Order: sequence, then C-alpha cells, then structure tokens
Amino acid sequence: MASSLTRVPNRAGAAVAGARATVRGGFVKQGSWADVGRAAFVGLMMIALSVAVIAIFAILAWAFVEGRTRLDLDLLTNGPSTARRATAGYSVAIVGTLQIIAGVIAVIVPLGTGAAIYLEQFADRSKWYNRLIELNIQNLAGVPSIVFGILGLAFFVRGPFSWGQVAAAGSATIALLVLPTVILASREAIRAVPSSILEGSLALGVTRWQAVRKQVLPAAFPGILTGIILAISRAIGEAAPLLLVGALTFVTFYPSFFEGGFSALPVLIYNYAGRAQVEFQILAAAGVLLMLVILLAINSVAIWLRARYERTW
Amino acid sequence: MSSSTVQSAWSGSSTGRSLQADSPRYGEKIIIGFLFLTSAVSVAVTTAIVIALFQPLPGFFSEISIVEFFTETEWSPGYSDPKYGVWPIVVGTFIVVITAMIVAIPLGLLSAIYLSEYAPDRVRKTIKPVLEVLEGIPTVATGLFAFFWLRPFLEYLTPWLPWSGLFSTGVAGVAVGLIIIPLVASVSDDAMRSVPRSLREGAYALGASKMRVALRVVVPAAISGIIAAFVLGASRAVGETMVVLLVAGAGSPSLSFNPFEGIQTMTAYIASRATGEIAVGTIVYDTIFAVGALLFLTTLVFNIIAIRFVEKFREVYD
Repeated sequence: MASSLTRVPNRAGAAVAGARATVRGGFVKQGSWADVGRAAFVGLMMIALSVAVIAIFAILAWAFVEGRTRLDLDLLTNGPSTARRATAGYSVAIVGTLQIIAGVIAVIVPLGTGAAIYLEQFADRSKWYNRLIELNIQNLAGVPSIVFGILGLAFFVRGPFSWGQVAAAGSATIALLVLPTVILASREAIRAVPSSILEGSLALGVTRWQAVRKQVLPAAFPGILTGIILAISRAIGEAAPLLLVGALTFVTFYPSFFEGGFSALPVLIYNYAGRAQVEFQILAAAGVLLMLVILLAINSVAIWLRARYERTW
Repeated sequence: MSSSTVQSAWSGSSTGRSLQADSPRYGEKIIIGFLFLTSAVSVAVTTAIVIALFQPLPGFFSEISIVEFFTETEWSPGYSDPKYGVWPIVVGTFIVVITAMIVAIPLGLLSAIYLSEYAPDRVRKTIKPVLEVLEGIPTVATGLFAFFWLRPFLEYLTPWLPWSGLFSTGVAGVAVGLIIIPLVASVSDDAMRSVPRSLREGAYALGASKMRVALRVVVPAAISGIIAAFVLGASRAVGETMVVLLVAGAGSPSLSFNPFEGIQTMTAYIASRATGEIAVGTIVYDTIFAVGALLFLTTLVFNIIAIRFVEKFREVYD
C-alpha cells in the first residue's frame, strides 16, 4: 500500500516528463530562428514604446536648452513688447488663458455632467432623439478644432452674438470644443458605478433622481473630476481655434472678458515664434517650457486622483 | 431608539398604503428636463457648425463655379490672377496624413500589442499615463520642436535628400504621427483587451507561442477595432492645424507631391487666411468657409467609418 502511494507520483512525474520531452521534440525542430524572431518582436515593441517616451523628453529638452536664458521672473510678470525684446514675457497671455479657463469651467461642468447623467441614467435608448444625441456627441468629439474656430468666428465674434474679438468668444469656442470629451469621460465614470448601488437605493423606495444624486454621482465623482481636469489641460494648450477668433493680435494690456482684444499662452508662443528676432524665438521656447510644466502638473494631479480613488467594485 | 423607528415605519406601511408616489414630484421632472437640455446642447452645436460652414457657400459658389473648385489645380485666392482649385491643399493634407500614418500605425500598433498582451499590470499602469501625457502636449509645442529641431536634425542626418527651404511637409507628417501614436495605441489596446480570453487559451493549448497568439489570434480577432483606431488617427491627422502651420508652412499655390518642401494644407490655409488682413464678405474671405466645409465633411466621413467599425467589433464580442 505504502509503496504504491510513493510510486504513483513518480509514475505521474515520469509521464509529465515524457510528455514534455515529446512536445519539446516536436517544437524545437522549428529551430532557434523562431526564438530569435520572438526576441526581435519583443525588441520592436520596446522600441515603439520608447519612441513615445523619447518624444516627450526631446520636446522638454529642446524647450529647456533653447529657452534656458529666459527662464526668469520677467517671463511671468512682463507683457509682450517689441521695444524691450530681452525682457518681454507672457503675463498678458497668462491672464487671457486664465480668463478662458474660467469660462470653460463655467460651461463644461454643468453641461458636461448634466448631459452624461441624462444619457447614462435617464435616456431611453429606444427613442430616436436619444440615439441621435449619442451619435452626435461621438461625431462632435472628432470634429477638427479649427472647425470650432470657424464656429466661434461665425457665431461669437460676428453673427448672432457679435461679441467681437474678446476673451469671452475664445472661452465659449474652447468650451464647446472640449465639451464632447467631458461628456464621454463623465459617462464612462458613471457607467463604472455598478448598477447594484442604484438598484439598492431604488429598492429602498427613493426616486431615481434621489438615487442618482445621493449614490451614483458621489461614487462617480473622482472619475468625472478627472475628465474635467484633463479637459482643462487640453483647453490650455489649444491654439488653432483661438487664431480664428482673434487671439493672434499683439495685445499689450490686460484684457477684460468682454472688451478689447485678448491673448492666450499657446497663441502668444506661436506669435513670438513667427517673429524674425532671435530673442523672440528664445522667448517662444521658454514659453513652451512654461506651458508644458503647467500641463504636466495638471496631468499629474489627474492621474494621481484617478489612481487614488480608483475602485474595483 | 432606532429599533422603535423601524417598528413604527413597519406599522405605518402595514395599513395598506398605496405604492403610488405621494407627490407627482414636479421638481424632479424639471431637473430631468434640464438634464435633457444639457445633452441637447451638443446637437445645437453641430447645427451651428453646419450653419456657420454652409451658409456662406451659395454666395461663394455663385462666383466660383463648383467645377473650377474641384478640377482646377491651382489654389491662389488673393493673388492678382486668383485660381480657386482646391486640389493643392487637399493633396498637401493627404501627404501629411499618409506620412503620419506611416509613423503612427506601426509604432501605435506595436505599443498596443505590448500593452495588451505582454506588459505586466505594473508596467501597463506606468506606460498608459506616459502615453496620455504625450497626447496632451499642446500641438504648438510639438510644432515648434519639429520646426526648430526635428526638421534641421533630419536634414543633417540625410543631406542627400532633396530638402528645400525651411519647411517640409514630410516632417510635419512625422510630427503629426507622433501626436496620434497615443490615440492609435489606446484604441487598439482597448480592442485587443476585449478579445475573449478563451481564444488565447485555445491557441496556447495547441502549443502556439506568445507572439503567434498575439499576431495570428488576437490582432485578427480585434481587427475591426484596430481599423477604427487607424481611421480615428487619420481623422485626427486631417484636422491637425498648428504642427502643419508651423512645419509645412505656406507652400506654392500649385500642385506638389514633394514631402521635402513646404505645402499648404486645408487646416493651415484656414488658419493663415483667417489671421491675415482680409475684408469680411469678400470672395477670398469666403474661401475659409468653403475649405472648412470640405474639411468638416472629410473628417465626418472618417468618423462615421470609425464608429461603424467599432460597432461591428462590439457586435461580435459583447
């Protein structure tokens, strides 16, 4: 009895070893070239991934090397000037960008979350208009930013609103541009909340809106906030639509939201870069570095937020 | 204390209260109506875009025949002898798109295969944010980098190529390619990750290597999602403005296929024309809207194709 107990594992072990040898014998004949091919494939994938990383560092390194002589306080406190090229800065553009961002937040927070809540929790998908809205948002997310610039030009600068070339027009244009991505991100955050949470509260007799407001939204909040922060970081870097609503003019004063011209960080960088004097090109590189540092900080907050509050239900 | 409230709640309901809500809750109906309106804003935005783009077109095409617009091979609005053939800037756009796809398809797809099939969870969690950061870099930064550094660097590496002038459409395409790698990679990665595990395990059970499973099983199974990723990338490349404006610059008004010199694209034309000194209401000003409408329709077609492919993919595996 005892001997058979010790022999069984041995026999099984021998069978496994035999089977393994047979399989190996069958496959090793493919030759070591197959191993070389597999290793080369892994190498190729590593190279592909490193290109993305190298690109980020190359842009940062270029901006630092090129703009290092202008990384001073003047960059933040001085406005644009053609007379004092060596001490010109981005103050006016920073204020313009802050105004634009304030307007963008005021638009995308209610509209983005509202639309996402409606589409995820209240929309009856058998109704044609709800499907139209969904398809429309997907399409809108793929419309080129410069087309939003044309929209801003035709509706906010001239046409029905006729605000002129002011920060409000730039702000409204950028807000509409990032709105679809906020809606899509918020929808995903709401969808990630398990339906059992909603159903549990519904079973206790609350209305659907109460359940959504008190249970689903708090649970989805970190995801929605991440989407909004990423949209803001995109809004800071957008230049093309602002070119069309008049941000390229060389504004040397602090603009008000509805009056006078305005400027924005990425547009002033573009403006400086297009000037012949080398001081302005250095200033443009310093501006790129400034903008990238701001954006990296914002993105890190978003990524940290997502990692911190990511829950597996 | 709490037990007594529970008790009273129970006794309250035992008297046969109706399950009907006590109040019609008009407040909530208003809230839901407001939520509906917020989502309807996007439809209004699309409508406004269509109006903005197409409303000036009847006036434009009454002066410039639509035949000239699509057959003439010179684009020189505002010149002394203006020609309005849109082909040169359409060709410029597609040179940028094709170069971008040559860069982004292999790099994006290989990155996606690694992320979905090879990367341990920990590595995946660090690489994904890095790709997001690359996607979030403002295009004006990428454009300046490509103009001031990448273009001279590539010319230094390959002096035998026919570089001419400060601008290069090809380099613009390479820079746009870098920008769309994250998009291509993340959409393909999503597609490959939603391929059912059983397909992979079946292939492993037959003795296939990891590479064979990735290339012969997972990629073909996810192919419609991957194609959607490519189409979305191409659509993004068509609409890219700042990089093209900076690196491809203002090209000659006639047709050119040379990626080593500057060529104007649809987006760069709109941006440079809108920032120039052109009187509102003139025919030259209206070209902004004609080219914008063409650009909008092009990306619309691309986006619809991509959405179709994604839907097809979902049908198979959901």
